[in-house]
Amino acid sequence: MPDFSTLKNPQWESRLYAARASFTLLVVVLLLGVLLWRYHDLQINRHQDFATLADNNRIHVRALPPARGLIYDRNGVLLADNRPGFTLSIVVERSKNLAQLLADIGELLAFKDTELARFEKLVKRRRPYESVPLRFNLSETEQAMIAVNEHRLSGVEVSAQLIRDYPLANQLAHVIGYTGRINERDLKRLDPHRYKGSHMTGKTGLEKYYEDQLLGEVGYENVETNARGRVMRVLERTDPVPGADLHLYLDSRLQKIAIDALGEERGAVVALDTVTGGVLALASMPSFDPNPFVTGISTKAYKALTGSLDQPLFDRALRGQYPPGSTIKPVFGLAALDSGTVTMGYRVYDPGYYQLENKKHKYRDWKRGGHGSKISIYDAIVQSCDVYFYDVGFRAGIDVLHDYGTRFGYGHKTGIDLPAEAPGLMPSRDWKQGARGRVWYPGDTINVSIGQGFMLATPLQMAVSVSRLATRGEVRKPRMVNAVGNELTAPVSEPASIDIPPRYWDIVIDAMAGVVGDLRGTARRAIGKIDYTMAGKTGTAQVVGIKQDEKYDASKLAKLQLDHALFIAFAPLENPRIAVAVIVENGEHGSSTAAPVARDVINAYFKYYPEPSTGELAEEAVAPGTVESSHESG
Amino acid sequence: MSQGDFERSLKEHGSSVYGERKRWLALRVDVPLLLLLLLLMAIGISVLFSASGQDFNYVKRQGVFMGIGLFAMLAVAQFDPRFIQRWAFVLYVGGIGLLIAVIFIGVGAKGAQRWLDLGFFRFQPSEVLKVAVPLMLSSYLAQRVLPPHFKHVVVALLLIGTPAILVGIQPDLGTALLIFAAGFFVLFLAGLGRAYLLGALFAGLSIAPIFWFYLLRDYQKTRILTLLDPQSDKLGAGWNIIQSTTAIGAGGSSGKGWMQGTQSQLDFLPESHTDFIIAVLSEEFGFTGVLCLLLVYLLIILRGMMISLNAQSMFGRLLAGSITLTFFVYVFVNMGMVSGILPVVGVPLPMVSYGGTSIVTLMLGFGMLMAVSKEKKRMGEQL
Repeated sequence: MPDFSTLKNPQWESRLYAARASFTLLVVVLLLGVLLWRYHDLQINRHQDFATLADNNRIHVRALPPARGLIYDRNGVLLADNRPGFTLSIVVERSKNLAQLLADIGELLAFKDTELARFEKLVKRRRPYESVPLRFNLSETEQAMIAVNEHRLSGVEVSAQLIRDYPLANQLAHVIGYTGRINERDLKRLDPHRYKGSHMTGKTGLEKYYEDQLLGEVGYENVETNARGRVMRVLERTDPVPGADLHLYLDSRLQKIAIDALGEERGAVVALDTVTGGVLALASMPSFDPNPFVTGISTKAYKALTGSLDQPLFDRALRGQYPPGSTIKPVFGLAALDSGTVTMGYRVYDPGYYQLENKKHKYRDWKRGGHGSKISIYDAIVQSCDVYFYDVGFRAGIDVLHDYGTRFGYGHKTGIDLPAEAPGLMPSRDWKQGARGRVWYPGDTINVSIGQGFMLATPLQMAVSVSRLATRGEVRKPRMVNAVGNELTAPVSEPASIDIPPRYWDIVIDAMAGVVGDLRGTARRAIGKIDYTMAGKTGTAQVVGIKQDEKYDASKLAKLQLDHALFIAFAPLENPRIAVAVIVENGEHGSSTAAPVARDVINAYFKYYPEPSTGELAEEAVAPGTVESSHESG
Repeated sequence: MSQGDFERSLKEHGSSVYGERKRWLALRVDVPLLLLLLLLMAIGISVLFSASGQDFNYVKRQGVFMGIGLFAMLAVAQFDPRFIQRWAFVLYVGGIGLLIAVIFIGVGAKGAQRWLDLGFFRFQPSEVLKVAVPLMLSSYLAQRVLPPHFKHVVVALLLIGTPAILVGIQPDLGTALLIFAAGFFVLFLAGLGRAYLLGALFAGLSIAPIFWFYLLRDYQKTRILTLLDPQSDKLGAGWNIIQSTTAIGAGGSSGKGWMQGTQSQLDFLPESHTDFIIAVLSEEFGFTGVLCLLLVYLLIILRGMMISLNAQSMFGRLLAGSITLTFFVYVFVNMGMVSGILPVVGVPLPMVSYGGTSIVTLMLGFGMLMAVSKEKKRMGEQL
C-alpha cells in the first residue's frame, strides 16, 4: 500500500495553493488598506497641523538690526563709525561633532583659550538652534579660510554685522564712550524687542546717553531656510530704520589741541561755547582706546587699564572732583558785593595771614609776607590775594557763599547730556550737619572762601561757572549734542539768570582781565602775548594739607602729592564766545601749567572761528550732503 | 556587462519589439506587467528627479539601472522555468558563499559590513538572496508532497534561516526580514499546516524578549522605541520620522506640486532620494499621488498573483507567488516606516528609491514571473 502522503497530488496541491494565495491576497489588500488609511489620516485629516509644522520648519522670522547712528563733530568729522565686521559662530545642533568641529576650526584659526572658554559658557546658555559666536572680527584671510573649508565645517556660520569704530580712538574715549555686548545687567533694563538682532548697546559716554536715538528701529524679514539654516529666499521684509546721527558742538581739532597742550600731564580741559552752552572740547587725560571694548577687551588689557596709577578710564572732566581753589574768587567776589557784605571800595590789609578774632590759628596767604595793605577786590582777584577773601568770605558767611556758589553751578550736576556726571560739593550748614553730623564752624567758611576745605568741583562745573561769569549771569546747560538726525536739539536755557547789577560784573570781569593783562596778574607771564582780549583766573588746589608754619617745599613731595594747577578763562571780553576750564593734576601752579593749555585752546578757537558764529554753522553741518563739504572747507 | 553592450542589447530588443510581430510573440514577455512596470519606472524617475534636488546625475544613473533591470528581466523571462528551477540550488549556494565572503573581505559603511567591492562597483550579496531564497524554497518544496512534512519544514527553515542570519549579523535587519519573509511566503503558499503557523506565532512571541535584550543592537532598539514616541528624541532618531510624517501630512490632498515640496527641497527630509522618497511623492503630489502609486502597486501585485494562480507547475506557482508577495512587503514596509507605523528598517520603495541593486533584483524577480507566465502559454499551445 503506497503512502499517499508521499505521493504528489497535483490537483489537490493546486487547490491548496489557490486557497492560500487567495487568503494572502486578501491580507495584502487589507494591509494596503491600512497604508491608505494611514496616509489619509496624515494627509487629509491632519493636513493643517503638518502644513503648519512644515512652514515652521522652513520659515523663520529674522530680526534685522538697524545701523547705529553715526556721531559727527561740528564740522562733520566722523567720530563714531560703523564698519563691517565678520563673526564666526556655530549652531551646535547642526554640527555633527562639536569637539571635532572646534578642532577643525582650531587648525584654521588657532583661537585662544579665552575665546573657547567664553564660547563654552555661551553654549550652555543658548536656545536650541541659536548661533553662538566663537570669534569676532575675522580678518579677510580667516574669512577665506573658513569659506574654502565650509563643506567640512557643518554648523559654522560667518555673519557680517556692523561693528562700532572710533577713528579718533583715545582722543574722545570719555566723551563718545563705547558700545559693548549686551550683558545680563543690560538685559534687565533694555526692551528685548528693540534689541532683537542687536548684540550691542551704549555702555558709556554719548553712546549710552543717546542710546535711544542712536539705536534705530529693528526690522524684520521672513526667510525660508533649509534644514542647515541657510537662507534660501526672503519672503517678506520690513526694513530697519537706522539710528539718528549725532552732530556735536565739539570741534575735534580743538579737542586734539587741548590734548596736545596737556602733553604728558594728567588733567582735564573743558571748553564751552558761551553763546550756546555747547561743549567745544572735553578732554580727560590720560585716556584709552575705546575700540577694544567694542568687541570685548581682554582681561589682561583691562587690568592694565584699571591698575594704572594714571587712571586712564577715569573721566576727570566729569567725574573728577577737585577743590576749585582760587578760581572760585571771582564768584565769591560777586557774592560779597551783591550781597552787600562789602562795597566796591572795601580794602583789606594783608600781612600774609588772616586770624579770626580771639583765635590763634593763622590762615596763611599763598604769598609769604602778604600782598600788602589796601588790597581792593580788583587787587585781590588779579593777585589772587587769599587774605582778602578770608576776610570777605568770613564777613559774608557760608549761607551767602553757598547761595552764590550754587547759582554759578557749583554743588549740583550741570545737566550735561552725558551720563555719570559728578555733583561736586558746595558745602552748607545743612550739608555739614547731615553728612558730618557737626555744626558749621567759622573756620570752615574761611577755607571755603578760597575754594578749599570741603568745597569740590568738577572741571565741567568750573567751565560752566566761568561761562556764567563771561555772559554776566546767563544760565545755560552745557550741551554735547547740537542735532540729533536732522532735528536741532532745543537750546537749553534755564529760566532764571543770575541777577547782579552791571557795575559788580564790570569790576570782577575787569579784575579777571587783569589776571591776564595786568602787570601784577598771576597769569600774565604764562599767557604771554595774545591778539585778543581774555579774562581768566588761576587757581591751585591743595592735595595735602600744609601744617602750621611748615615751609611749603614742593621738592619734598612726590609728584603725586603736588598741588593741582587750575585755570579758568573766557574770551573775548566783549561778547565772549569761549569759556575754558583747565586742571593739571599735580601741576603745582595754575599760572605755569594750566594757563598755557587754556591759551592754546582759545588761540586755536579764534584761528578756526575768527568771526562770531551766527548759529547757522550748526544747521549747515546738519543738512544732508553738506556735512562732507563743510568738513573740507573747515 | 559594459554600458555599451547593454545599450546594444537594448537596441536589439527595440528592433525586435517594434520590428516584427512574430518576434514580439516569440519574445516571452507579459505585456500588462511590462507596461505597469514601465509606468512605475516613469513615476519613479520623475519623483527621483525632484527628490535629488534636480540632479540629472541621479536620474541618469537610475535610468541606467532601470535599463539593466529591464534587460535582465527580459533575459530571465526567456528561460524555461524548469531550467531556472535546476539552477536554483547553484544560485542559492553561490549566494551563501558570497555572504560568507562579505564577513571576511566585505567593505562597509556606518558600522555595517554589507558590500563586496568588485572594483568598478559595489555589490551587495544579500540582494541575491532576496531572489535566491524564494527560488530555492520553491524548487525544494515543489518537489515535495504538499503540505510539507515536518522534515521538509525543518529543511526549509534551515534554508531560510542560514542566509537570514548571515545577513542579520552584517547587520542589515531590513534585508534579513525581507529574506525571511520571501522564504516564509513560499512555505505558507505551499500549505504550511496551521499547527506550524500557530507554533511559529508562539515561538515568535517567546523569543521576542530574547531578541530585545540580547540580539538587537542599541540603534535598532532606538528605532523601535522611536516609532512609539518620535518626540522623545526630536533631533536624533526621531528626526527622520518627524520630518517624513510632516512632509507627508503637509502634502494634503493634492500636494504642493512637483519640485515644490519644502520639506524635500530644503533638505529637512533625510534620505529623501533613497528610503524616504515616498515622503517626497506624498508632499509634492499629495494623497492623490499616493493613491495613484498604490493603485499601480496593487495592479502589479494582482497581475503577479494572477500569473502565479495560472502557473502550470507548483514550482512556478510558489515562485511567482513568493516574488509577488516579497514585492508587496517592500511596498508595505517602506511606506509603513516612512509614515511612522513601522520601525525604520532599510527597505527601499520598489522602482522609486534610488539604488541599482534593488532595481535589478526586483526586475530579475519579475523576469522569473514572466518566465512562469509564458510557461503556461507554451503548454497551452502544445495542447
